Amino acid sequence: MWKNRAVQTLLIGAASTSVLIVVLIFLFLGKEAAPFALTPGLSALFDSKWIPVSFQRERFGILPLLSGSALVTLLAMLITIPFSVLGAIYIAELAKPLEREILKPFIEILASIPSVVLGFFGLVVLAPLVKSFFGLNTGLNALTGAILLSIMAIPTVISISEDALNSVPHVYKRASLALGASQLQTIFRVTVPAALPGIIAAVMLGVGRVIGETMAVMMVTGNAAIITANPLDPVRTMTATIAAEMGEVPFGSVHYQALFCIGVVLLLVTFGLNVIGQQVLRRYGMRQ
Amino acid sequence: MVDKKQALLLEDFDIEIVSRDLNFYYGDNQALFGISVGMPAKQVTALIGPSGCGKSTFLRTLNRMNDIIPGARVEGQVLISGKDIYQHGTDVVKLRRKVGMVFQKSNPFPKSIFENVAYGPRIHGTRDRQQLAAIVEKSLVRAGLWEEVKDRLNDNALGLSGGQQQRLCIARALAVDPQILLMDEPASALDPKSTARVEDLIGELRELYTIVIVTHNMQQAARVSDFTAFFYEGALVEFNATKLIFTNPKEKQTEDYITGRFG
Repeated sequence: MWKNRAVQTLLIGAASTSVLIVVLIFLFLGKEAAPFALTPGLSALFDSKWIPVSFQRERFGILPLLSGSALVTLLAMLITIPFSVLGAIYIAELAKPLEREILKPFIEILASIPSVVLGFFGLVVLAPLVKSFFGLNTGLNALTGAILLSIMAIPTVISISEDALNSVPHVYKRASLALGASQLQTIFRVTVPAALPGIIAAVMLGVGRVIGETMAVMMVTGNAAIITANPLDPVRTMTATIAAEMGEVPFGSVHYQALFCIGVVLLLVTFGLNVIGQQVLRRYGMRQ
Repeated sequence: MVDKKQALLLEDFDIEIVSRDLNFYYGDNQALFGISVGMPAKQVTALIGPSGCGKSTFLRTLNRMNDIIPGARVEGQVLISGKDIYQHGTDVVKLRRKVGMVFQKSNPFPKSIFENVAYGPRIHGTRDRQQLAAIVEKSLVRAGLWEEVKDRLNDNALGLSGGQQQRLCIARALAVDPQILLMDEPASALDPKSTARVEDLIGELRELYTIVIVTHNMQQAARVSDFTAFFYEGALVEFNATKLIFTNPKEKQTEDYITGRFG
């Protein structure tokens, strides 16, 4: 009997590790960020400037970073969603078997390119292109970052959307065709609506990937902590800020705590997105 | 139902569906061998035979639903109202509008009851809400489902019982106003009560539509059909008035099958 119990304990232990890790991350981030709430106080985060090192007055407003992340993410999704959904529809519904066998490996390769490599590509190829196309002083801006991020997100979103489309029962398609619907009518009126929860989940995952991505955006977005809605302005994201400054910040300083505050905000945003994604899946997923 | 004391004579009817020397292949496997038959208009024709005899394959050649199977190939002719549906340039969309189909397993879309029935008319261009509502009501009435669902047309169709779902699928097929209704074992997944309802429904619909029904249930064929075609190993063995097939089959194989010696 002790064997049974031992194995059970082992399994419970393994299963709860992830819970433990998440809790610990929250605790640790919170612990490092907490002193910031006392001095200078959380309101300092809502400043419009991020100037963490200064001879006059240090400012820790994360609004420019939030807006930077939001702008890059929004642009990236504007590119990613149409590309991936249409791509997934083509691969799942229209492509000939041969085309599918060529397309799928390439998409998988795209997904496996390390982000630093993509960042490098962005720096030497994409940024000059954006620069000359729009006649700018620099190609390092939100748009370049967004294009690069969508290159990273597209393979994931395509694969998961394609799975969702493939898992739509064939009987729906047959019923639609038997009613005299064309292939395109069947795809857009039956298959895509039925796969919508999966497609939304795929997009949510893509958003998660885009918000969390650090290396590539740091290399190509220009890293200017300004509040802007112009895609052609340089921006700085939350992740890039943490990555760029964490290595040089004095341990335990206000700046150090501010970086952890950014980490907490980032975690809350991704957590929120996850919850929304789950809700969407729960509400609409049952209808299949 | 018609009085079957007097056996029906094929010569007395307009023939609406004709197949001539129809061969069908799944890749290298030939599934149908030279099927030649003419099925009468506004009558119920049952296709019977043991599993794998080609009856469902034959049914699907009548609205070209086999087209979506990779590697499927057809030789010969199928004439519907005198036109060869395998002729080059045939509009499959128009064909399937004219030749509706009900599947073995009920397959309503994961949409509301209303949207399920309105789907066909919508894709064929009906936009007007009132017109759609009228079609939906008429179709549901014909399928004998209206009274049960009229107060919850906006509920999800997947919440209906199995028998109701199958009648909804029949209503959905009727909504595009077909001439011919193909039914592939429409009651085989239903309980006896729902089966009886669907069979009654077929009896009512035969006034308005030419119906071809595949069934593995010989009692069902005897109950609902006017004519019966017996398939065996991809060939048509015998086609005649149902009454004659069941009382006085000409072929030995038919007799053996309907008396239960094999199946």
